[in-house]
Amino acid sequence: MRISSKTAQKIAFSFLGLAAVIVIVPVIVIFAILIQKGLPAINWQFLTAMPRMGMRAGGIFPAIMGTIYLVLGTIVVALPIGVLAAIYLVEYARRNWWTRMIEVAIVNLAGVPSVVYGLFGMGLFVIFLKFGASILSGSLTLSIMILPVIITASKEALSSVPRSFREASLALGVSKWQTIRYVVLPNALPGILTGTILGISRAAGETAPILFTVAAFYLPRLPKSIFDQCMALPYHLYVLSTQVPNVSQKVQYGTALVLVGLVFILNFFAVVIRSYMRSKKQW
Amino acid sequence: MNKIEIQNLNLFYGTFQALIDVNIAIEEKMITALIGPSGCGKSTLLRCLNRMNDLIDGVRITGKILVDGSNIYDAKTDLIELRKKVGMVFQRPNPFPLSIFDNIAYGPRTHGLKNRNELEEIVENALSRVHLWDALKDKLDRFALNLSLEQQQRLCIARLIAVTPDVVLMDEPCSALDPVATGKIEELMYELKRHYTILIVTHNMQQAARVSDRTGFMLLGKLMEYGETGQVFTSPKEKKTEEYITGRYG
Repeated sequence: MRISSKTAQKIAFSFLGLAAVIVIVPVIVIFAILIQKGLPAINWQFLTAMPRMGMRAGGIFPAIMGTIYLVLGTIVVALPIGVLAAIYLVEYARRNWWTRMIEVAIVNLAGVPSVVYGLFGMGLFVIFLKFGASILSGSLTLSIMILPVIITASKEALSSVPRSFREASLALGVSKWQTIRYVVLPNALPGILTGTILGISRAAGETAPILFTVAAFYLPRLPKSIFDQCMALPYHLYVLSTQVPNVSQKVQYGTALVLVGLVFILNFFAVVIRSYMRSKKQW
Repeated sequence: MNKIEIQNLNLFYGTFQALIDVNIAIEEKMITALIGPSGCGKSTLLRCLNRMNDLIDGVRITGKILVDGSNIYDAKTDLIELRKKVGMVFQRPNPFPLSIFDNIAYGPRTHGLKNRNELEEIVENALSRVHLWDALKDKLDRFALNLSLEQQQRLCIARLIAVTPDVVLMDEPCSALDPVATGKIEELMYELKRHYTILIVTHNMQQAARVSDRTGFMLLGKLMEYGETGQVFTSPKEKKTEEYITGRYG
């Protein structure tokens, strides 16, 4: 029997719609469960107190602060290097095999599993450079992991600045560097920031890269310098779920909710910046 | 007096030769028009004069271009000084996504001028010269991309004037404008030639006939004919020129 084209179309649409629904279901379920089971745990004390009783009670303050320190450290390292590399690749590098090699390397860097970054960070920063397990080692490791994201986003943002702006500036006798500094970068900045925040939010949620480089199992005080270890939310969550017996579900889900919330806030900022940029952009 | 002399200029994009042995002398404070069919090399020639072709990979140039007697393709030429002296107006108006004031102040600022009063004076003079001052003097902080296309193109000319060039290169400056706006920009060019040496590339033969003092006709990378505009349009020496200006091809 032949199906009429109308029926075929209906069937195709239903499958397409179904696929789209399947995509959002896990997101909704995850959020629903986290909020339902985690929200009761969240109060002022949970967010601002040190953990007590072998992390079964008290708060998760050092883990929150640890993650914030790591995020800041990662921004400080990865943002300048990533943006400078992107500027070089877009504005200065000639199209030759050397540039292509760099680009292939960046793509491959993006595909490396995060646990490999963790081991690499331990080998290079913790042991070889003797930074020890520290915020410095952890931030550097996370930075290397998100560099491809920042470079790719920055390259795209830089290339999307119209050629006519560059030509207008160069034709006024403005040097290439000044043109980049005063015309290209300001117009690429929103795109660069969006990419950076998305990279950072990934860094905030990763466990493997910080496992051997910075994360402390239990450290009920704040780090004093970048050479100290610190707790971090993803690793703390892992510890609570697998390493410590008799932790109430409430605390586990509360921790997960805080982590997801933090990542969500970062992504939300990225979306806000992007939509603000779209509303302002008139070229 | 000759402001610019182009001698035996050849330009190659990779293996393709886009300009073939071009020789031309541009007189000071005149309007020189370059006409010819698409792809004849007129824009390429224009872009040699401020070395904008340097931006394109694989371009090779032989020959000389003398501006005020010195060869701009000399190794020791300061590109920044050259482009301050030889400015360019583009086909599509391309103001920066900044305020009107910041657009015009951009050149002087990047060249190191910080004094607000001097900048204001430069902006006023530049806008007055393109007849935008009266219309825009109370709106200097407005966003430049919201102006009409004609005003944007005037703004781009004012932005150029602010860096005090001697030579103004115009690459089809009216092709994005309607006929009324085109007429106004042409009037402006006519006034500006008192102060600047102007070279204009145009598709529009009437425009070349209306505004220019000298006209060069180009075809397939060669300068076929060059002379006084009236003569080129009324009694061209070359058969190809005559065929082009009478619209037999183009």
